[in-house]
Amino acid sequence: MIRHTIGMVFIGLGIAFDFLGVLGLIRLPDVYNRLQAATKCVTFGSAGLLFGVFILQGFTSFGFKVLLAVAFIFLTSPIAAHAIARAAHRSRIPLCPESVVDLYEADHELNKEGDDAVA
Amino acid sequence: MRVARWLAGAAVLAALAYLNFFVFRAPILVKLINVSLFSALFVLYRVIRGPSAADRIIAVDILGVLSIGILALLGLHHDQGFFMDIALIWALLSFVASLAFAKILEGRRLDD
Repeated sequence: MIRHTIGMVFIGLGIAFDFLGVLGLIRLPDVYNRLQAATKCVTFGSAGLLFGVFILQGFTSFGFKVLLAVAFIFLTSPIAAHAIARAAHRSRIPLCPESVVDLYEADHELNKEGDDAVA
Repeated sequence: MRVARWLAGAAVLAALAYLNFFVFRAPILVKLINVSLFSALFVLYRVIRGPSAADRIIAVDILGVLSIGILALLGLHHDQGFFMDIALIWALLSFVASLAFAKILEGRRLDD
């Protein structure tokens, strides 16, 4: 009974994080802001949801598959988010007009000048 | 204009509440699955009306992660384990597809 309660609390928290992340994906003004909100919230939310399902199921084959899915999400989702952000910045998608500083662009320009100086 | 839109939304919500649209008798798991599907509807809005291509790629990636959660809840509700097989394969394919889309967006070749 206590296991059922803990599992349902984890599942509810995961659904809430999912919903908030998707709300950020709708409302935020920029590609990078949307990527930050959506990736962090939805990854953590889905991982919490799957952990709740694992607590409800226990150590069956279903539970082990759920644990495998949690490990896989934690390993792969930041890599995909990093690749998408890098590709968006390299393909000159503009930042939102309220943004203050773009250190990645400055760093990129600096590295390019350094390469030219060496060559 | 803004006040008129708020009033129209409130009128629609009041009509739906008066017609018992929000009364939904089901187990709690089915209600949670409905919330997840509603989130997936929002993500589809971002897929259709993304201003740039990166928005659509992000939305498809997030849709993959959301559908893993939905499949886990469905497997819990039906008490059958093969839903997690589908979810694992979906996670693998979604990850590879996101990386491939990111490389194409960056303008590099796939074997670079």
